[in-house]
Amino acid sequence: MLELRDVTAGYDRRAPVVRNATLTVAPGEAVGLLGPSGCGKSTLARVTALLHRPDSGHVVLDGAPVHRYRHRAPRAQRTAVGVVFQQPRLSADPRLRLTDLIAEPLRATGRRSSVPERVAELAGTVGLTPDLLTRRPHEVSDGQLQRACLARALVLRPRWLVCDEMTAMLDASTTAALVRAVEDYRTATGAGLLAVGHDRLLLNRWCDRTVHWDTVTPKRAPMPVRTPG
Amino acid sequence: MTERPPARAAEAAPEPPAASAVDAAPAERPPVLSVRGLSVRFLLPGGRRIAAVTDARFDVAPGECLVLIGESGCGKSVLASALLGLLPANAQTSGGALLGELDLLTAGEPTLARTVRGRRVGLIPQSPAAHLTPVRTIRSQMEETVAQLTGVRGRAALRSAAERAAARAGFPRDHLDRHPHELSGGLAQRAATALALIGDAPLLLADEPTTGLDRDLVDHTVDELRRHIDADRALLMITHDLAAAERIADRVAVMYAGRIVELTGADTFFGSPGPRHPYSRGLLEALPDRSFTPIPGLPPELGGLPDGCAFAARCDRATDACTALPPFTGPVACHHPLPAPTPEDLRA
Ligand code: SF4
Repeated sequence: MLELRDVTAGYDRRAPVVRNATLTVAPGEAVGLLGPSGCGKSTLARVTALLHRPDSGHVVLDGAPVHRYRHRAPRAQRTAVGVVFQQPRLSADPRLRLTDLIAEPLRATGRRSSVPERVAELAGTVGLTPDLLTRRPHEVSDGQLQRACLARALVLRPRWLVCDEMTAMLDASTTAALVRAVEDYRTATGAGLLAVGHDRLLLNRWCDRTVHWDTVTPKRAPMPVRTPG
Repeated sequence: MTERPPARAAEAAPEPPAASAVDAAPAERPPVLSVRGLSVRFLLPGGRRIAAVTDARFDVAPGECLVLIGESGCGKSVLASALLGLLPANAQTSGGALLGELDLLTAGEPTLARTVRGRRVGLIPQSPAAHLTPVRTIRSQMEETVAQLTGVRGRAALRSAAERAAARAGFPRDHLDRHPHELSGGLAQRAATALALIGDAPLLLADEPTTGLDRDLVDHTVDELRRHIDADRALLMITHDLAAAERIADRVAVMYAGRIVELTGADTFFGSPGPRHPYSRGLLEALPDRSFTPIPGLPPELGGLPDGCAFAARCDRATDACTALPPFTGPVACHHPLPAPTPEDLRA
């Protein structure tokens, strides 16, 4: 299970953008999280990907509560979650060739030897041709770069995948292609998915169930209540 | 199918049958914009040439909304930049783009700056928040633009003209003293639209005006844009968002690998019988409320386009004939377009 338990998070403790968010994704399940822009759903996606420490509440990964976030998160937890963001240009190191962009998590976790095989395999999964792999981000289109970012998110075979507005900038065909790549991966591995977005049609078509932001973060007075368990 | 906004100009007059409406501009008046064989090449170090736009031809009639659809990198934004004279120095253009008597491609920066941008072409930008000046209130930006583009002079007159301009785009008067970062995405979009309308330009050019907006806000934004199209004003909108296009377009032009491959009525395109070019058909079918199937493969490099049809490598209708460039005949540039509507289709 991927569980968010009563998560409050933000950038200013006095004004958190996420309040008391609770959400569960079962293994193999695809859950869409639907909300308007600016509602805090991207922050929640970052918490779920262990990239942002919540002010209170917990992320529980396969039964184990997460205590440390970002680079301090234990490797086993960090590599259990893959994440793709909306804007590939902001999340891709402009100096890296696409092949190195995809392989970087392998190198960072000491799996250098599996780089050639894994990169070739994933390039096929996400639909990147070999000539594109030697290019740098400014030499490819947004859609091609996003394909590389998805490959990077999958390279360590995460059990959980977080896609935060992954296709918001992309045309219909590239959107369908990336969603298919995610679904092929999930079919092969049984990974669970949290897809965050604002497009109801897309999330309904893509996911097993779609939950609205308002039901994930029930409105209530911010009180110092401790929830048992 | 999306509901169309009530103000849709096409509903005021009965439309001619779709098939014959394809090429004819909807009004007899001369087009607001007439693009003729427009090409843009970028010259890169090492002698590489990027064919960003090739031989684009279309008219935009008064009172019409033409939407240019395509994926990122297909050349549609380059085309918009060419019309505004905003191409980088390594770009070469050929062909023509007539705005009335004026050819935008040869007009030169002083003319474009003084008489075209804002006055004859109103630009509605991709990212309104970034387009507005962050350190100044919306009111001061409106007043400045009014002063620049109209004959209004004097503090009080400017103030009320700015308020009228804001009201035209539905921007609330009590938000005028705010700074851009204090506005929601929707209000920032309205502020940018208000600024674009001030010069009373006969052509509005909207470049991806809905990128990053929620679906509700997309609908709202395109409905508002639609409201500003009237007998004297036309809109050329550039987008990758087919749902936004469906909501606003009178006609649709589809761009692929730098060329317009289909130009047809929006009702024909989104309704029955649908697009006739295999790429357009694939793009539409990829929508989540249709078959959600991607077009296989990737678009070709604009630096190394094939001699024949640029879509051939991805096209399930391709034959040997497709190694020759398909001419633009009727509504499509394709050797084997999908079937034309039959009389039965049209009646259905
Ligand atoms: S010209 Fe040939 S390859 Fe190109 S779109 Fe038409 S059928 Fe397909």
